[in-house]
Amino acid sequence: MSMNLLNLLRRRTGSAPVARERLQILLAHERGLRQKPDLLGLLREEILAVVSRHVALDPDKVIVRMDRGPAVSTLEVDIEIPNGSEARLAVAS
Amino acid sequence: MAKVLVVTSGKGGVGKTTSTAALGGALAQQGQKVVVVDFDVGLRNLDLIMGAERRVVFDLINVTQGVAKLSQALIRDKRLENLWLLPASQTRDKDALTEDGVRDVIAELRTKFDWVICDSPAGIERGATLAMRYADEAVVVTNPEVSSVRDADRIIGMLDSKTAKAEAGDQIKKHVLITRYDAGRAARGEMLNIDDILEILAIPLLGIVPESQDVLKASNVGCPVTLNNAASPPARAYSDAARRLGGETVAMVTPSEVRRSLMGRLLGRRAA
Repeated sequence: MSMNLLNLLRRRTGSAPVARERLQILLAHERGLRQKPDLLGLLREEILAVVSRHVALDPDKVIVRMDRGPAVSTLEVDIEIPNGSEARLAVAS
Repeated sequence: MAKVLVVTSGKGGVGKTTSTAALGGALAQQGQKVVVVDFDVGLRNLDLIMGAERRVVFDLINVTQGVAKLSQALIRDKRLENLWLLPASQTRDKDALTEDGVRDVIAELRTKFDWVICDSPAGIERGATLAMRYADEAVVVTNPEVSSVRDADRIIGMLDSKTAKAEAGDQIKKHVLITRYDAGRAARGEMLNIDDILEILAIPLLGIVPESQDVLKASNVGCPVTLNNAASPPARAYSDAARRLGGETVAMVTPSEVRRSLMGRLLGRRAA
C-alpha cells in the first residue's frame, strides 16, 4: 500500500524523460555517422597502429575508453609502455 | 495504380507481421485488392498469422527462381476474396532471394493488386533491404521503448538511402505506426509518449495501436485482428491507419488511459 501511494505521488516523474533524453543524444550521434566511417573507431585503430610500430604492445595493457556526448566525444587511450622501450625508440630515431 | 508498401522496423518482435496482416485485412475490407508478401525467408510467420499455414505449397523463392508461377504460389484468404498471401520459404537459405528476382515478382504483383504489402524480416540484412527495395511507401513499426525507437531511426536512414526510389532521387513516403501503446503508463511517465517518439523520429504518424489482448487472441486463431474482432480497439486503430494509407483524413484517436478508481489505484488493481 505504501508503495502504491509513493507511485501516486511520483506520477509525473517516471523514467520516460530519461529514455527520451538518452535517445536524443544517441540518435544525434548515430545520424551524424550514418554515411561516414566511424571516426573514433578509426582514430583508435590508427593510434594503436602507430604506437605498436615503435613499442611492443601488450594488448592487455591497452585501455581504450570512448564517451560519446551531445556536443563533444572523447577518446581516451591508456597505453602502458614497458620500461626499456625508450632506449629502443632512441635507436630507431 | 498499385502501391507497394513495406512494413519494417529493424527490431524484432515489435509487431511487423501482426501489422502487415491487420493492415492487409483492413484494406481488403475497405474494398481494395491486397496481397501480403512474407520476406522473412527461413522464419516465415505471416502464413500462421493469416491462418493459411496448412495451405502453403509454393513460396516467394520458388516464384523468383521460376519453379512456380506467381498464380500457383498466391494463396487466397478464406474470409475475404480480395485478400491474398505470398508466403516466404521456410527451408531455403535467405541468400536464395535475389534483387532481380524480387524486382520481377513485385512488378508482376503491381499489375494484379491495388496494394502489395511486404512484411520485412527483423534486422538490416539482405531480407530487410530486399523487402524495402522496391517500395513506394513504408510503415515503420515501433514500440514506445528506447531500443525499438533507435532501430526505427536506423531503418528510416536506410529507407532514405537504400531503396530504389531513394537511389533514383525520389523520396519514399514514410509513416510511423506505434504499437503496444499503454496510455496509462505513458501518462505516468513510465513509457515514451507519442510526442516524444514523433519528435525523435520526425516522420508522420500513421496510427497508435493500443496494447491489447485482442492481438494475441487474433494470432492464436490465425486471423488478422481487423477481421477477427473489427470492433476491438487495436482493430479500429489499424482500420483507421489503413484509411490514412488510402489518403483519407481520419482523426487520430489517442488511446485513453484505462480508468482506475482511487480505491483501485490504492490497491494496485484495475477497476472493473
